[in-house]
Amino acid sequence: MSDRVFPPAAWITAFLGIARRETLRFVNQRGRFLAALVRPLVWLFIFAAGFRAVLGLSITPPYQTYVLYEVYVTPGLCAMIQLFNGMQSSLSMVYDRETGAMRTLLVSPFPRWFLLASKLVAGVVVSIIQVYTFLAIAWFWDVQPPVWGYLAVLPALILSGLMLGAMGLFLSSAIRQLENFAGVMNFVIFPMFFASSALYPLWRMRESSTLLHDICAVNPFTHAVELIRFALYGQVNWLSLAVVLGCLAGFFGAAVFMYDPAKGLWARKRGGA
Amino acid sequence: MTAALEIDQVSHNFGRVHALKDVSLIVPRGGFTALLGVNGAGKTTLFSLITRLYNNSSGSIRVAGYDLRRQPVQALARLGVVFQSRAMDADLTVRQNLAYHASLHGIGRAEARERIAAVLAQVGLTEKAGDRVSALSGGQSRRAEIARALIHRPDILLLDEATVGLDVKSRAEVLALTRRLIAENGVSALWATHIMDEIQPDDDLVILHRGEVLRHGSAAEIAGKLGLTQAFLTLTGVAA
Repeated sequence: MSDRVFPPAAWITAFLGIARRETLRFVNQRGRFLAALVRPLVWLFIFAAGFRAVLGLSITPPYQTYVLYEVYVTPGLCAMIQLFNGMQSSLSMVYDRETGAMRTLLVSPFPRWFLLASKLVAGVVVSIIQVYTFLAIAWFWDVQPPVWGYLAVLPALILSGLMLGAMGLFLSSAIRQLENFAGVMNFVIFPMFFASSALYPLWRMRESSTLLHDICAVNPFTHAVELIRFALYGQVNWLSLAVVLGCLAGFFGAAVFMYDPAKGLWARKRGGA
Repeated sequence: MTAALEIDQVSHNFGRVHALKDVSLIVPRGGFTALLGVNGAGKTTLFSLITRLYNNSSGSIRVAGYDLRRQPVQALARLGVVFQSRAMDADLTVRQNLAYHASLHGIGRAEARERIAAVLAQVGLTEKAGDRVSALSGGQSRRAEIARALIHRPDILLLDEATVGLDVKSRAEVLALTRRLIAENGVSALWATHIMDEIQPDDDLVILHRGEVLRHGSAAEIAGKLGLTQAFLTLTGVAA
């Protein structure tokens, strides 16, 4: 290699290499794909079917008419797939760090922000494949947004996937041991999912508790859900877009800081990777 | 000619614990330097600093003349590392792991294919290229790790307890392979170990103990009339 910085082709090579590895790992772990798909389908087929009679929904934007509960809950389940995928990436980062496999990545001469961003983007690609597979199955369950909605939702899925993946990256830098990951499930994933607009509209929350409504309203996951929901019908929820972009910048910045050899936790703890 | 590795007055603390204190050493081009120390001497911490997993508190590290803090891209591109613990993805094949590592150094697919074939031939694993890493024996796995570390043609190989967990035969094979590769490729090596049998009389030897370099010279010179084991125990006071 020359003494100059890498040429553009080398950056692309590095990104594709990281993406290929993530894809290979995903393909090798067929159970992971199945689990990622079964989880939202169970919610759609069983939970939503049971609750459609209990939860009445008035007309709520972006819907212009009454919709089935299954239709309402689908964007939330898309975001749930991405949330779990982000946490799965985080889990694999912690695992890689414990086994030492992450050292291979971190001793690469490319800057760490680029390595982390590549890993993040690769994870998002995997999550989007999962979401579209889910949406294809949901279509047979009468969840049929406009055809162009499937294309319009792609940018929203990219952004929400990046935000949730960046959050996973940040968490992986803060979690010291694999055993601590159960805590993430209890204190991050479940509260984020349930305290959001994924399963019920926010106005319903306000009827029960104003405080709970306010918590749901500031939850970044709510905005990921709403961004997807509006995009599926060709609309943009500008507030959600701003929140998702802001949280993406915040989480990714925090992750880069934490993985920095001179700054974050790694600089202070023995063992490192 | 610049040295392959220059470590100058490097110190590092973990909170109040002084892991390394004013460590200085030079690994010459094409040389084999053994870094001998008991567990907890600071070998892995030193390797973590050289590979920039985290930054040293003070002092400087230069790889092939490039300052690790100021020119990390050039410095890291010239380092090949075999970590103490497994660093390859057990679920992927040897070839896939090597291709992944090549990409992390910006090496294109076509060139990577050629290099993978060449390094696997060098370490005697051509037949195992399509096998998953999880299916390899301990010795084969270490050889694959060495192939991985060589694929981007580094100036210096860092091997952190590369024989740990191997049986006597595999240990001897890995050590012999490393010495042969150094001779064939003109690469330098810093070999961290706590096993004295792995050190030959004409090796350059650094004794690290409690984060400090106690001696640096030829193994024969340090061993003197006492023999290496006794000299090491006397120097470190481990026997006391």
